[in-house]
Amino acid sequence: MTAAFGVVSISASVRSGEVRALDVLDAHLEVVASHEAGVHAFNEVTAEQARVAASMIDGIVAGGGDPGPLAGVPIALKDNLCTAGTPTTCSSKILQGWHPPYDATVVQRLAAAGAVFVGKTNLDEFAMGSSTENSAFGPTRNPHDQTRVPGGSSGGSAAAVAAGFAAGALGSDTGGSIRQPAALCGVVGAKPTYGLVSRYGLIAFASSLDQVGPFAMSVADAAALLDVISGPDPMDSTCLGEATARSASRLGSGVEGLRIGLITEMQGAEGMADDVKARLALAADALSGAGAKVDQVSVPAVTFGLSAYYLIAPAEASSNLARYDGVRYGLRAPGSADITDMYLRSRSAGFGDEVKRRIMLGTYALSAGYYDAYYGQAQKVRTLIVKDFAAAYENFDVLLSPTAPSTAFEIGAKSADPLTMYLNDVFTIPSNLAGHPAVSVPFGVGDDGMPIGVQVLAPALAEPLMFQVAEVLESLAPPAPLSASRRSLRALGAPADRGAAL
Amino acid sequence: MPRSITTDDVAHVARLARLQLSQEELTRFTQQLAAVLDHARDVESLDTTGVVPTAHALPLVNVLRDDVVTPSLDRATVLAEAPEVEDHRFRVPKILGDSQ
Amino acid sequence: MSTEPVVPAPSSGWETVIGLEVHCELRTQTKLFCGCRNSFGEEPNTNVCPVCLGLPGSLPVLNRAAVEYAIRIGAALHSTVQASMFHRKNYFYPDMPKDYQISQYDVPINAGGWLTLPGGRRIGIVRAHLEEDTGKTTHVGGGGRIHEATRSLVDYNRAGVPLVEIVSAPDMRSADEARAYVDELRAILVATGASDGKMEEGSLRVDANVSVRPAGSEEFGTRCEIKNMNSLRSLGRAVDYEVSRQIQLIESGGVVSQETRHWDEGAGRTASMRSKEEAYDYRYFPEPDLVPVDPPEEWVASIKASLPPMPSERRERIAEMSGLPAGSEAVVTVVRLGLDDLVEAVGAQGADTKSVGGASPAVAAIAVKRAANEVASDLAGAANLERSSFAKLVRMESSGQLTSAQARTVLKSMLEAGGDPEVIAEGLGFEAMESGGLEAIVDDVIAAHPEEWARYSEGEDKLAGFFIGHVKQATQGKADLKSASALLRSRR
Repeated sequence: MTAAFGVVSISASVRSGEVRALDVLDAHLEVVASHEAGVHAFNEVTAEQARVAASMIDGIVAGGGDPGPLAGVPIALKDNLCTAGTPTTCSSKILQGWHPPYDATVVQRLAAAGAVFVGKTNLDEFAMGSSTENSAFGPTRNPHDQTRVPGGSSGGSAAAVAAGFAAGALGSDTGGSIRQPAALCGVVGAKPTYGLVSRYGLIAFASSLDQVGPFAMSVADAAALLDVISGPDPMDSTCLGEATARSASRLGSGVEGLRIGLITEMQGAEGMADDVKARLALAADALSGAGAKVDQVSVPAVTFGLSAYYLIAPAEASSNLARYDGVRYGLRAPGSADITDMYLRSRSAGFGDEVKRRIMLGTYALSAGYYDAYYGQAQKVRTLIVKDFAAAYENFDVLLSPTAPSTAFEIGAKSADPLTMYLNDVFTIPSNLAGHPAVSVPFGVGDDGMPIGVQVLAPALAEPLMFQVAEVLESLAPPAPLSASRRSLRALGAPADRGAAL
Repeated sequence: MPRSITTDDVAHVARLARLQLSQEELTRFTQQLAAVLDHARDVESLDTTGVVPTAHALPLVNVLRDDVVTPSLDRATVLAEAPEVEDHRFRVPKILGDSQ
Repeated sequence: MSTEPVVPAPSSGWETVIGLEVHCELRTQTKLFCGCRNSFGEEPNTNVCPVCLGLPGSLPVLNRAAVEYAIRIGAALHSTVQASMFHRKNYFYPDMPKDYQISQYDVPINAGGWLTLPGGRRIGIVRAHLEEDTGKTTHVGGGGRIHEATRSLVDYNRAGVPLVEIVSAPDMRSADEARAYVDELRAILVATGASDGKMEEGSLRVDANVSVRPAGSEEFGTRCEIKNMNSLRSLGRAVDYEVSRQIQLIESGGVVSQETRHWDEGAGRTASMRSKEEAYDYRYFPEPDLVPVDPPEEWVASIKASLPPMPSERRERIAEMSGLPAGSEAVVTVVRLGLDDLVEAVGAQGADTKSVGGASPAVAAIAVKRAANEVASDLAGAANLERSSFAKLVRMESSGQLTSAQARTVLKSMLEAGGDPEVIAEGLGFEAMESGGLEAIVDDVIAAHPEEWARYSEGEDKLAGFFIGHVKQATQGKADLKSASALLRSRR
């Protein structure tokens, strides 16, 4: 039943003509209509464009053509991915009403593969946050419990998949912005190796850390999405120039004989909840039971990851966000006396508090006299993290950690204290600093009944191995309920008069 | 590691970043940034002598494109997004001095 | 607005120190980081795309041709071409779409180097690095002056055009030397193919760092950066003005403050550009959207091998061919105007053995002078000038077939309407001496006075007059005396 609404199963059914893309889309749009008001996953639902796209897919199938590997799959896009002609806001007032004249490379690739875009999802403004509360358009709520946050910054994408609004989604992950909301919403979310997926058209937060990645209800579906969006792109100098092995290439291979390391520094960290710790232990045992060799491993430098991250990411952000100045597009405060006045007033009115904090933090870290102490030192910490991971991978194939320190917290619980909020990313940040892939897999629920995620970390470009382990973990996970709205997805009727449900 | 960040520092970086802060914001942001920077002080304890900084986790070098013209954007589309336009150009309020 | 009067620079007591920053737009087809056309003078905002407009989500990709031009420039300036990277220089200005400029900072593609001025002085090059140009801001209202404008209009066609910024050492000591440096650098940039050298179109822009110090002092004075000079003439005027201003300021007890000053061509003075409150804090950091550039050795070698001879080498060659000093005005002019091939053509035609280029120094020297004078003053006419006809004319003059005055007249006619020098000379009624006639007469005179010839040959130079007198007599004054002297010397 859930599989029927998965990425792989939908495209198979649509390509075979078993179901129509338009019916698949309508089923999801019905759930959007009934539950979006409560969840607020979207900044914009693009129902009409989606219907046109789905009809085209059905036309291709009817004509005997191949609409591509994601034929008719409803996908939600984080609203920091540029979509030609469709507003792209980054959940910021400063970009409200901006229509990009071009599509992000990942958007082009999904469209070419036959995906149907349901809408643009809410995020923490400019992807800065861990709860999707920092949105100029209001918070997104967790589909499992609307009093709680969905995580962030890609909270809208995670919630859209968890809520049954879409079969899959794209998010971006700078310090955990895919994996942490995936964990909090009970879905799979993967951050690929830096450079595997083009960043062209992803509105930058911190360029050396940002990476686009998939959300889905299953590991296989996430891998299928990643395989469509990854690959060389001449528009992105930091995108790897050669094709790599398919992420889904090792699915079904089991974990027999694999060496899996439990990162010591990520088991007793600050603010880590007991139920999260217990689920991690359970996951380790399960993998061990499946034939893997599980052991403790120390990666000492990861404990400095959070500090290094909160110097590097704001520094790059302070520069990336300078362009929002009211000259060429976006918000301009009216009636300014001179250009500087216009900059000051436009930027102050257009950015929210968290964005301002990070811009100032980054400006400070780069400013004369502090560069070496802050930015320079953080870049060296980055080197140490890479080195310590390399040492760990000499003895282990993949590493294991919790994704987030706790289950989803109440809306408003952490918004007053930025530092407490930042601690949400403590387990996810090291992979961004190292440029390595990592995936969060749902692994049961916590004492509060909310989803818990376990993170599988792998060396650069080892996505096939990472998904291989993640899939086994998924198969061994304790049961976790679907959200009420996803449960409400109606069974799909076959096209025309055939009545068989999928 | 440098001394704690002060309201003067915050006022200075806000100016550099073209952000206007009220007195209340200045006080609040200073406290919040100080807390983050205090936490970040743990990187100070690391011995990084001889450690080469990593700007990028990528092993890439010499990514170059050929010198071939590709289509530019339609001017009307570009200017349609602009807050103010005059004579096919982006209009801005008067510039005092030179910021360069 | 300052109103310091211009005072003449004191003749002694102070030394001027000048370093120049020259921004050179590269002649690529496309911009530095995107495929938009790199073209001057187009309709505003037509050569723009997401990348050069700095639209959210866009990313830069480096143009190979720009890197190649940068390497050509570096090779021509004797720089070390090295592995380099890009940084972001952060500051707000509406002509910069991203509000940062992608430039090279501590590791430029070209480090060190020098160029040689025609006079022989070597000026150090600190670096020559790649960066992107800004858009163009037009100040509207208040008569176009930035201070009085009511608003500004921005055109981003130029934004992202590739630049190489060439930073000299503070090695120049006068406005004249600064001008000579820019002139020489421009010739080098044009020779590499990297630049069209057009200062008036802004494809070559010069900023000057000017300071003064007591003569004999080792320490540098506080410098001011002068901007907005769009010709060699304004560079000279601006430097002279600024030197006088600084000296007067110091002598009257003031202190020069480090600042950027704007040259006002109309008013003939420099004025401070920046409000003092704005700090210089560009917050440079490595550009995360680009990867390092480390040109493979073979690439650099093949680029170096493909470079044509640079102006200083060409001057050396012409000097060697003609016996004229490399820094002489005639040689400098020939090379500056690219008339080397005329001189070479004379050599190619001649059969003088053992001479550089195939012509004897005396003959080549005549070619240099004719090129630097008559041809230089009618460059449009040079199109009418067949290389072989020019060579023939020079031979006619050197052999005494034409006097120098006659040769000049014939050449002017050739520049106006082309043609064969012999035919033109005949048409003008110049009594032609037989080909080789002058040489025969000189030889006759030498043979007739063996004793004097021996003394002259041993170095008694004043006897030249004696021989020339005889040649004059023998030709009834028709001989070109300069040619006769040259022949005399060549036989010594």
